[in-house]
Amino acid sequence: MASNAWRSAVQHVAGALRKETRTFSRGMQTVTLIPGDGIGPEISTAVMKIFEAAQAPIQWEERNVTAIKGPGGKWVIPPDAKESMDRNKMGLKGPLKTPIAAGHPSMNLLLRKTFDLYSNVRPCVSIEGYKTPYTDVNLVTIRENTEGEYSGIEHVIVDGVVQSIKLITEQASQRIAEYAFEYARNNKRTSVTAVHKANIMRMSDGLFLRKCREAAERNKDIKFTEMYLDTVCLNMVQDPTQFDILVMPNLYGDILSDLCAGLIGGLGVTPSGNIGTNGVAIFESVHGTAPDIAGKDMANPTALLLSAVMMLRHMGLHDHAKRIETACFDTIRDKKVLTGDLGGKSKCSEFTEAICQRVRDL
Amino acid sequence: MSLRHKSCLFDTMFIRDHKKSQLVASNLLQPPPAKYGGRHTVTLIPGDGIGPELFSHVREVFRFSCVPVDFEVVQVNSALETEDDINNAITAIRRNGVALKGESLGVFTRYTFDPALHRCILFTSLDLYANVMHCQSLPGVQTRHKNIDIMIIRENTEGEYSSLEHESVSGVVESLKIITRNNSLRIAEYAFRLAREKGRRRVTAVHKANIMKLGDGLFLQCCREVASGYPDITFDSMIVDNTTMQLVSKPQQFDVMVMPNLYGNVVSNVCAGLVGGPGLVPGANYGRDYAVFETATRNTGKSIANKNIANPTALLLASCMMLDHLKLYDYATLIRNAVLTTMNETQLHTADIGGQGTTSEVVQSIMRIIQSKGQRTAEM
Amino acid sequence: ISAVRSGSEAPPARADATFKVTMVPGDGVGPELMSAVKDVFKAGDVPVEFEEFHLSEVQNMASEEKLEQVLNSMKSNRVAIKGKIHTPMEFKGELASYEMKLRRKLDLFANVVHVNSLPGYTTRHNNLDLVIIREQTEGEYSSLEHESVTGVIECLKIITREKSRRIAKFAFDYATKKGRNKVTAVHKANIMKLGDGLFLQSCAEVAQLYPKIKYENIIIDNCCMQLVQNPYQFDVLVMPNLYGNIIDNLAAGLVGGAGVVPGESYSAEYAVFETGARHPFAQAVGRNIANPTAMLLSSANMLRHLNLDYHSQMVSDAVKRVIKQGKVRTGDLGGYATSDEFTRAVIANLAA
Repeated sequence: MASNAWRSAVQHVAGALRKETRTFSRGMQTVTLIPGDGIGPEISTAVMKIFEAAQAPIQWEERNVTAIKGPGGKWVIPPDAKESMDRNKMGLKGPLKTPIAAGHPSMNLLLRKTFDLYSNVRPCVSIEGYKTPYTDVNLVTIRENTEGEYSGIEHVIVDGVVQSIKLITEQASQRIAEYAFEYARNNKRTSVTAVHKANIMRMSDGLFLRKCREAAERNKDIKFTEMYLDTVCLNMVQDPTQFDILVMPNLYGDILSDLCAGLIGGLGVTPSGNIGTNGVAIFESVHGTAPDIAGKDMANPTALLLSAVMMLRHMGLHDHAKRIETACFDTIRDKKVLTGDLGGKSKCSEFTEAICQRVRDL
Repeated sequence: MSLRHKSCLFDTMFIRDHKKSQLVASNLLQPPPAKYGGRHTVTLIPGDGIGPELFSHVREVFRFSCVPVDFEVVQVNSALETEDDINNAITAIRRNGVALKGESLGVFTRYTFDPALHRCILFTSLDLYANVMHCQSLPGVQTRHKNIDIMIIRENTEGEYSSLEHESVSGVVESLKIITRNNSLRIAEYAFRLAREKGRRRVTAVHKANIMKLGDGLFLQCCREVASGYPDITFDSMIVDNTTMQLVSKPQQFDVMVMPNLYGNVVSNVCAGLVGGPGLVPGANYGRDYAVFETATRNTGKSIANKNIANPTALLLASCMMLDHLKLYDYATLIRNAVLTTMNETQLHTADIGGQGTTSEVVQSIMRIIQSKGQRTAEM
Repeated sequence: ISAVRSGSEAPPARADATFKVTMVPGDGVGPELMSAVKDVFKAGDVPVEFEEFHLSEVQNMASEEKLEQVLNSMKSNRVAIKGKIHTPMEFKGELASYEMKLRRKLDLFANVVHVNSLPGYTTRHNNLDLVIIREQTEGEYSSLEHESVTGVIECLKIITREKSRRIAKFAFDYATKKGRNKVTAVHKANIMKLGDGLFLQSCAEVAQLYPKIKYENIIIDNCCMQLVQNPYQFDVLVMPNLYGNIIDNLAAGLVGGAGVVPGESYSAEYAVFETGARHPFAQAVGRNIANPTAMLLSSANMLRHLNLDYHSQMVSDAVKRVIKQGKVRTGDLGGYATSDEFTRAVIANLAA
């Protein structure tokens, strides 16, 4: 019930926003907004408010996403959401819950497949004022998202013996390697490290590594290094400052991206973006739906907000991005208005308002 | 009936029908025993009375001899006995595969936890069907009979000890004795196989088939059937009351003996007495998957506990049987020889067999002998 | 306990009472670490004799024959101490490395890394005490790879019930033996529903045999995140091969790096003692900067495995004392001492 109420509130704000923005701006870009479940609607509202305060030239097109059975019994996302994404190319998404029903696919997996989101990017930057054992973390994990260990190909050979296939293809490896260098250049970063295990998986990770080396040859302006997965893990927890951009196959990326999120304080403050083919990109917060606090105005919108900032950068709107990011970090550093998970006592709406205030002042 | 119910509660595996229990056992998880890097973990159930004291000596001898065995101690304490306790012991044996166990002294006011019943529960749930006891005269020990060398094999999971009792009408109690073809064949097969392995010549089945024509008759019949497959080994049978008489008059006539549960209990106690008492004779219980080693006869010795006078021989020999079972033959031989040398040559005896030595003196002597054999040893 | 019982007098080492141990120094700083172990053992009169074998793929000192020699030595000694045998990354047609061959031939299925903070050396996370148990004979490291069509490589991950149960039981047995309270299975069964699902199911089954030990499970990515945020929640962790590789290194990093965490591998018959995070650390070769702590602690564990409790305690106490004093530390711990200086400091502390 609570989430319904929130959803209508979101719609209301979104509707208002749409009307208003259309009237005065040119160069306005439309972004598909998927508020998601649980705390999704409230943090989406927070992001919209802050964007409004920053006068970001974004208009939102809100879509709900629940998997439906398409023709032939295959699970698909609703046509209006797909159509919106196809048109806008940009998406911002809150947490989605996967219904516990037989055969129901993970929503994230479905989105990934629908839009061929081949790359998951997570910048992990230490947030001043939110204390963890690690400071000065500033790195980006880029994870191949379509193949590798999560190819989903598994079978039982005989009872008690399961074979899972890790798939590495030349094409996908090349694509992710290229993207890593491209990202480095666009975001003014200087080095790319390929993470692999080619000493053990000599063919598969070997292929991945070869493609990374080839991409490095074509991008000589960016420094390239390669490192074993275990060495990265070892060094990461000892001195994460030595890393810049890390590019890796699916499973390693899954693990390392969460590990790095841990370094800076968890998934509640870590943004994430998924880059797909045909210019599609969906930015998201990767934390859970937190149904226990949904609708209580207690959620922390930081992850979604920083994801939205990533999106602005991806769209080339660096000024707006910088302003919102600075406002967000300043608010956290100030420690006056913080949500519970960040160690404060404020409500989500108060936290949001504090950021809005700073955005306007900047 | 309440008793039976009680015992069912202990473990869902407490199923008497052998066929059925095998079926369940095969469905159950059968993980490998706890042996890693050549080191074994063995469940140790110290029990009461002199148990904890003697086990500390066993551990010391093991440590000193660098035996690659670690113990997981599980307390089954008569003062605290609960169903959980016995269940814990059973799961502990299940995970380690092998146990070394002392007797627990029953508190008879709570009859349901009588230690004899404990044994039954333990053996039936782990299906430890064969109890093996080797009674051998020790030259250093003064006894009335010399040169006794008898192996007693006792069926452990059924017979009179099935805990099936009820009061059919007031004042009339029925106690059921169960003999099954499967279990009888299994124990007979075990006896003959062991006899052949150890180069023995004769197997004697002990029974009371003249009275219990059906039950013991079936047991005897099964032994005969199995015997036909072992033409190299002589088979005969003897009625249980006669057996006890023969045992105390001319025990040298026996070689390997096989019998159902209750007779086994009687005969093994008699034989232990013949060779010098409960402090000297080890016992072993084997099943398909598990093995539990202990002193052969009830010897909790509460009266002599913690006085440093108990005889450590039986338990040390039981631990040697355990080492044999773990295929650590070198260590088993080393310790066994040291124990026997102390007994026979050094003639250092504890009070129960007429000596004046203390427990720790005996153990020290054993350790000195182990050291003198030039083996790798840890510090004293 | 036995050290207390035996007082401070070391028993005299007798020539006929030594333990033979196979030694494979491996590549990188392995030989340097081994010489530290040998020096300390010699100074402490430890009754252990090493049979040394140089098996190295990068120095072209690996052959089937050499491997056979190591295996034969292991068959009689049953215990080995070993450095990392470096695996050249270049794929030369043979998929299994010597490191893996050795592991497979000896069936060293369980790898144990006990991550324990060193008193006196402060890191971001102090007083850590957790055990990582890794299956290392199947999973992703099965060396089963092929190119199905050009540009597409399939790498097989194999999970079997038998081996999953075996490692789960090892973990619970270890927890029982060391008096630990909780075992956590690490997996990715939400994605690899069959493979990791089987692993998880096997762990849950084995857990039933250990009613006194708490059993939990956690997804690998979350586990990594939790490890850097709140590692204190873990006790014993059990996992398939690749995850183990990751967690081993990660956890080693938490307490001071590859140079300080000992490790060991077990089969039913054999035990191999090594460093917890296995790196050849080739860039440090000959520079006398490698930290011998991990290998020395591992050798102390080996002595305990051989029932030499007194000597084990002596070596590990000496190492810990040197670290705690903080005067002599190698570069990786922020000190300026050379490997040799550190070893000498340990030797000086043996008697103390």
